[in-house]
Amino acid sequence: MRFGVIRFPGSCDEVDALLACRRFADADLLWHADRDLGGVDAVVIPGGFSYGDYLRAGAIARFSPVLGSVSEFALAGGPVLGICNGFQVLCEAGLLPGALLPNAGLRFVCRQVELEVVNADNPFTRACEDDRTLSIPVKHTTGRYYAPEAALDELEAQGQIVLRYAHGHNPNGSLRDIAGVLNRQKNVMGLMPHPEHAVDPLTGSADGGRLFNSLVAHVSELAAAA
Amino acid sequence: MTRARVLIRPKEGILDPQGQAVERALPALGFDGVANVRVGRLVELDVEDASQVPEMCERLLANPLIEDYEILVVEGANAG
Repeated sequence: MRFGVIRFPGSCDEVDALLACRRFADADLLWHADRDLGGVDAVVIPGGFSYGDYLRAGAIARFSPVLGSVSEFALAGGPVLGICNGFQVLCEAGLLPGALLPNAGLRFVCRQVELEVVNADNPFTRACEDDRTLSIPVKHTTGRYYAPEAALDELEAQGQIVLRYAHGHNPNGSLRDIAGVLNRQKNVMGLMPHPEHAVDPLTGSADGGRLFNSLVAHVSELAAAA
Repeated sequence: MTRARVLIRPKEGILDPQGQAVERALPALGFDGVANVRVGRLVELDVEDASQVPEMCERLLANPLIEDYEILVVEGANAG
C-alpha cells in the first residue's frame, strides 16, 4: 500500500502528511507539474496555500497537471483525501460538492476541535465504527462549509456528510456543523481539520491516524479481493 | 482590445462577514443610516474577444456556487 502526497508551490503540510502516511504504509511526494501518479493506491492533497491561493482558495490548483491525473484516478474509483487546502481544491475542481468561505468570525483559527463521525461506512473513517469521536486540530481562515439548502439535504440523505464539529466546536460557521464531506461514490473525501497533525500522543491526540488506518484497511481489502 | 469590468458579489443569502464588519465600522466614523453592506471583488481586463468573458467568469473569475457576477464592457475605452 502506497500513498501519494501532492506538493504544490505554496503547500505547507505535505511533509507532515507524508510522515503521517508513513506511520501506516509507504508514501511518496508527487510534484504538481507531473501527470504521473506513480501507481499510488491513494492520493492525499495536503494543506497550505497552493499557488498562493490567489483569487480564491484552491481556484488555481485545480488547473495543475497533477490534478488532471487525480481527477481521472478519482473517477476510476481511487481514494482521494483532501485536507484543508486540499478540501478547497477538491471543491473548486468539482470533485466534491459545496465550497469553503471565509470564517464567519473573519479570524484565523488554530485550535483542537472535537468531531463526530457521522458516517463510518466508507474508505476514510471505517476505523471509527466503534468510537465515533475524534479530537483533531483545525488551522484555517477559509473553512466555512457552504452548499445550498437543497444540496445539504441531499448530502444528508446520501450519507455524504462524514464529519461534523461537536456541539460548541464549530470554529468557522460551517452550515450544519459540517467538517468533512464525501462525494456520492464515497471515494473522495475532504475535511478542514488536520488528521496528519494528530498521529502521535505527544501532540495531544493520535485520533487522526484512524483516517490513514482506514485507507490502509480499504486498499488491503481491495488487493485481497483482486 | 476591449476593456471589460467584472463585478463579483457574494450570492444573496450567503453570510458576508466582511460586509458586516464594514457595516459595524461606519457608524464609528459618524456615518449613520448604513445597512446591507456587501463586499465583493472587481476584476478589470483587456480582451480581444469580449464574448469569452462569461466563460472566464464561470470557470475561473467567480465560483458560481457562491458568487454572482456582472460583466460591464467599457465602451470607447483606450485599452492601450
